[in-house]
Amino acid sequence: MVTTIKNTEADSAARLFQAKRFALWIGIAGMMMVFTSLTSAYIVRKAAGNWLEFKLPDIFFYNALLAIASSVVLQASYAAFKREKFVLYKVLLALTLLMGVAFLLGQYSGWMQLVDMGIFLQGNPSGSFVFVLSGLHALHLLVGLTSLSVALFQALSLPDRLTERRKFRFELTLTFWHFLTFLWVYLMALWMYLA
Amino acid sequence: MATTTQEVSKHQIDQLIEEYGYDDHFHEHHHEGDKYQSGFIQKYIFSQDHKIIARQFLITGMIWGILGGLMSLIFRLQLGFPEGNMAWLKPLLGKWIIVNDGIGTLDPEFYYALVTIHGTVIVFFVLTAGLSGTFSNLLIPLQIGARDMASPFLNMLSYWFFFLASVVMFVSLFLSTGPFAGGWVAYPPLSALPEASSGSGAGMTLWLISLVLFVVSVLLGGINYITTVLNLRTKGMNMWRLPLTIWSFFITAIIGLLSFPVLAAGFFLLMFDRLLGTSFYLNEIFINGHALDRVGGSPILYQHLFWFLGHPEVYIIILPAMGLVSEVMSTHARKPIFGYKAMVYSIASIGFLSFLVWAHHMYVAGINPFIANFFIVFTLIIAVPSAVKVFNWITTIYGSSYRFNAASMFAVGFVSMFISGGLTGIFLGNAVLDIPLHDTYFVVAHFHVVMGVAAFFGMFAGIYHWFPKMFGRFMDETLGKLHFWGTLIGAYAVFIPMHYLGMAGVARRYYKFDNFDAFSHFAGINKFITIAAIITFVFQLIFVINFFYSIWKGRKMTSRNPWGSTTLEWTTPIHAGHGNWPGKLPAVQRWPYDYSKNGRDFIPQIEPQSDAEKDEFH
Repeated sequence: MVTTIKNTEADSAARLFQAKRFALWIGIAGMMMVFTSLTSAYIVRKAAGNWLEFKLPDIFFYNALLAIASSVVLQASYAAFKREKFVLYKVLLALTLLMGVAFLLGQYSGWMQLVDMGIFLQGNPSGSFVFVLSGLHALHLLVGLTSLSVALFQALSLPDRLTERRKFRFELTLTFWHFLTFLWVYLMALWMYLA
Repeated sequence: MATTTQEVSKHQIDQLIEEYGYDDHFHEHHHEGDKYQSGFIQKYIFSQDHKIIARQFLITGMIWGILGGLMSLIFRLQLGFPEGNMAWLKPLLGKWIIVNDGIGTLDPEFYYALVTIHGTVIVFFVLTAGLSGTFSNLLIPLQIGARDMASPFLNMLSYWFFFLASVVMFVSLFLSTGPFAGGWVAYPPLSALPEASSGSGAGMTLWLISLVLFVVSVLLGGINYITTVLNLRTKGMNMWRLPLTIWSFFITAIIGLLSFPVLAAGFFLLMFDRLLGTSFYLNEIFINGHALDRVGGSPILYQHLFWFLGHPEVYIIILPAMGLVSEVMSTHARKPIFGYKAMVYSIASIGFLSFLVWAHHMYVAGINPFIANFFIVFTLIIAVPSAVKVFNWITTIYGSSYRFNAASMFAVGFVSMFISGGLTGIFLGNAVLDIPLHDTYFVVAHFHVVMGVAAFFGMFAGIYHWFPKMFGRFMDETLGKLHFWGTLIGAYAVFIPMHYLGMAGVARRYYKFDNFDAFSHFAGINKFITIAAIITFVFQLIFVINFFYSIWKGRKMTSRNPWGSTTLEWTTPIHAGHGNWPGKLPAVQRWPYDYSKNGRDFIPQIEPQSDAEKDEFH
């Protein structure tokens, strides 16, 4: 009835990696719930009237393109790492980090443009929601940038070697980074839909 | 203690594990010193071992339970004896007791603070962290046959975020302006404007910080529970062989994961309103005769976000209790749980429906009556899976030779409470009846019985039953039974009269009723309730003494499986180290409820099925 199964140490490590990958997805589901509930609050509040209409700064849109590009670059870096092209891997990883920082700076200038237009955090909730949603995204981006920095630090300080453990860590960073991109595209789609 | 000849001996357990078990080479990893077990700090304080973390959750929860209970006694004194002299409480409460001519009275502001903090800590710190934090941590790895949680580190963080939340909440009790006093639901504007009341300032700020830390704790824990159940089950443990405890913790964690972030979002907007001058929840407010310039928001929006968590939260509290009760009952009835699959489906459907009923807390908040109809229908549908569970519990013990001990009696008490409280839920689920009853003691009685006392009963059943697993000793049975009878009778004595008060129209949230002649003849009932509450609290102290005494002095466990249970946690050594099983992981061969089968008292999950047997579900 019970067949003996051959287990190696690698098997049980792989199982734990699988579990942790799964845990990240669950965490993402939780974060998504925050944005989902804010979305519903946003839509319901807009439908209630007394709503200030304004056009979002273009930088919000350019940032979406930048986010998508950064995801592609990080994916390429991961592919390079798996093919043991370590130089390319490090260059692309650093490039992603730069693009992430550029996104954040762009975001800051977008907020400043909103303020110049007379849209403040305070006042009509239509402006407040934009600041809160983009701010919350930026907060998540800081987490992403931190993990990218750790990844880059390790890429530069550890010997060039492809191990299961490093691949696993890279995958977690990659998944989270794609999630951040998805989130921004989602927010842009929401704003375009509501405009 | 059914130590019959049929009991599987310690030697046989080890043999079964050795023969069929699953070697994951766990113990080969730690050659020089186990990092989880070396040194006092790693072992007992910043521990990553789920068994220690479970005890940390339990003891922290118990401390909050005592504090929360004491708070209720103070405001019950005010309600039962509004003219009484409270000067004797001055050494404890300081300026919150105002002494005039030698007569001390409780500051009304502090009365509201006590009610608020009582609700907050019992709901979140005791019945969420203390209940599902304790038992999910203890039982998930042990009952599914895992070495530990998927991420022991996040698990440790989960406890320490809870600890921080506790510290912040505790500090808020000592603020000169008092803790938050706007109710545990923290509705704006009282929660959104620091100038709204004295507790709305620093008290509310600390309350919010504490709850945000708590949400982080719940999410870290929940992510771990879900991941562990889905990924780290031992060989042979398919989902239909999980004990009902695990099913309930699993669904509870999913509910928490989907609802607590919504609370976080609601709190996030609340913080902006408080600190940065936005108007998400505020509209045309006057304070001290001055109009504020905050317009365009809606306080109802907060209520929606709050209750989208708030209602699932009551199932986050009650489902783990249900799981514990199912397991305890089946074990002590020596019968399989009746309708295992129906139990699982009803847990899942309660979980699903819990997201569709939140606005039944808002019938009096001015929501559209048409929308209210939708919520009435779904609320009443929840009665169906709940009734399925109740019938299955009753059928499980029906005709059994039920072993009466503290654990199993609390399990029966749970069902009694759940029925009593559930029935009044059917009244309140209807908007037409809820509107006159909502702001009365009827609601207070309803939710205390159905999710407060009932969940405590489930928790007590779990503590008495798994205490030997946690500490290797038994709690005292006589004191346990005394605790049971005192709590059962005491809790009914407190809450049955409250239903009557509510139907007579006595409003909740009032500091005293002496301005309302209509309510003056209820003074006697209020006195009775207060006295009953004090007595019931004294019985809880018996439990606390029994608990701590038994940790060090209780009767020692001599066999691994004192209750004759089928589940995996009883196959570990009495004092299981890190990794739970010293050698291989046990493999699971059958479902967890093979009691009184084929002429045997019980068959453990690790014993292979004979050729004639197959997985069967009743």
